[in-house]
Amino acid sequence: MRKMCLEQIYQLARADERIVFIGSDLGVGTLDRMKTEMPDRFFMEGVSEANIIGMAAGLALEGHIVYVNTIATFVTRRCFEQIVLDLCLHHVNVRLIGNGGGLVYAPLGPTHEAIDDLAIFRAIPRMTIIAPADAEEMRRAMPLTVDYPGPIYIRVAKGGDPVVSNSKLPFAIGKAIPMRDGSDALIVTTGITLKIGLDAAAALESDGLAVGVVHVPTVKPLDAATILDAAARAAVVVTVEEHSIIGGLGSAIAEVLAEAGFDRAKRFKRIGIPDVFPDEYGSQESLLERYGITAAHVAATMRNLWGSSVPRVQVHLEGA
Amino acid sequence: MSSSQLDARSLQLRRTIIEMYATANRGHIGSAFSLVEILRVLYDDILRYDPANPKWPDRDRFILSKGHGCLALYAVLADKGFFPKTELRLFCRKGGILGGHPEYGRIPGVEASTGSLGHGLPIGIGFAIHAQRARAAHRVFVVVSDGEANEGSTWEALLAARKHRLSNLTVLVDYDKMQSYGATTEVLDLEPFSDKWRAFGFAVEEVDGHDVPALREVLSRVPLQPDKPSAIVCHTIKGRGVSFVEHNPHWHHKGPPTEAELRGLFAELGA
Repeated sequence: MRKMCLEQIYQLARADERIVFIGSDLGVGTLDRMKTEMPDRFFMEGVSEANIIGMAAGLALEGHIVYVNTIATFVTRRCFEQIVLDLCLHHVNVRLIGNGGGLVYAPLGPTHEAIDDLAIFRAIPRMTIIAPADAEEMRRAMPLTVDYPGPIYIRVAKGGDPVVSNSKLPFAIGKAIPMRDGSDALIVTTGITLKIGLDAAAALESDGLAVGVVHVPTVKPLDAATILDAAARAAVVVTVEEHSIIGGLGSAIAEVLAEAGFDRAKRFKRIGIPDVFPDEYGSQESLLERYGITAAHVAATMRNLWGSSVPRVQVHLEGA
Repeated sequence: MSSSQLDARSLQLRRTIIEMYATANRGHIGSAFSLVEILRVLYDDILRYDPANPKWPDRDRFILSKGHGCLALYAVLADKGFFPKTELRLFCRKGGILGGHPEYGRIPGVEASTGSLGHGLPIGIGFAIHAQRARAAHRVFVVVSDGEANEGSTWEALLAARKHRLSNLTVLVDYDKMQSYGATTEVLDLEPFSDKWRAFGFAVEEVDGHDVPALREVLSRVPLQPDKPSAIVCHTIKGRGVSFVEHNPHWHHKGPPTEAELRGLFAELGA
């Protein structure tokens, strides 16, 4: 997905002279072709995120479309005020590429694990947040980022994620994508958890549960209409995210469900990273497993919620 | 220095600042008074701009990175006709465009929203890189405060200015040696200040920041060296122009004035 994202920047920059790339201190060879062919629009500016964001704002105020690329935790946490003021307050066309969204950098520990990026950016007015499911969805998303107004955060997962997005379904920034129909229960996903959601829904089908899946590649602005439409008939709603359960996708869905005024409240559960710093190394997969961000755990959670959602007739035995 | 050395224009701009302050009952007076001569020289003699067309592409870009000094900027911009002088009476008020810190998009002639320190110079770096790559003739001027040099982002920006040899960038430092709490030597000493700018690759000159001809002279020579960004360290006095405001941290940001203070301000400013 990361490779696709960078390749897209190169291709888009070839076609559009407004596009500029700024990296902090990325791996050697990053976007070498752009550096060679468009040296005036390729910048590698060092480990100075605050200056990079201000510089990006200045370039964007002059009419450029600026793609800034660094590790997700550094671009969300280190220079938060620059993002708020220089980018969002000025409403400039800067795109932040956050590498290693979620638990991708599990072996590197908490300094590199972006488990709060969605929450951090959801709180900022005018920020758009995109988390594609796979490389193919990234391919469809990137061209749309060129002319979309205002700052965008693009969450990039690990490379080589299995392709599960559907190129036949239209992709638009700000739109959720119903991936699977099912009126008993609903799974809402973002980023790579789409695959987890689809696998869980397939597993539940054999239990006789009709489970829908709505993929939310744009976490902000949230497509509440599509989500509520899919949730309307579902008794159970579960969100799945590679992120803290505080402030991310689950929180966003909980907010719209709570305010929707359904006659009958949904059985609802957020699946994600609890309010902790991950305390193990290993791999993305092993940490996803540790926190139950797996198809098996999603399916089990839904079975439990479904069981408790069916109204039970209380039987009072005479004389008991 | 005493206020008697300020000429009629400097006194008039300060009176405008006090009128705004008296209307809003708040304002960064000391931080605006230190700036008046820097801004009037820039807008009277140095910057290229068109108040009727604030987005004129060939204009020089100016950023007041120490946004809390905005009263001085508002006085100058109104004087130049960027917006009607009636706006000055709405300083910090509902319905006005002039807030306690300047905002891009609200105020004609303001290129960037500032107020949190350490933001203006990085944005100016972006402006300057754009002009350099576009081979445009316009220049970029940024005024920073000494307190602002506490911010790491300011020094990150200096590294970038040197790297890109931004000779179209001039940074003016309002060096009044006072920050909000007190003396810079007490809070976070900056010395040897000019040497630091030099070490970061700037061509540096020092000037009396209230000496209009001296400011005019040095600013007319930028870039001070080819292939280098310029830094002009302006030795200023916080609150310059009124005896009981000068060097007085209580006037860094001031709430409502007393009747006596208001009379004193206008008396010393020649009203």
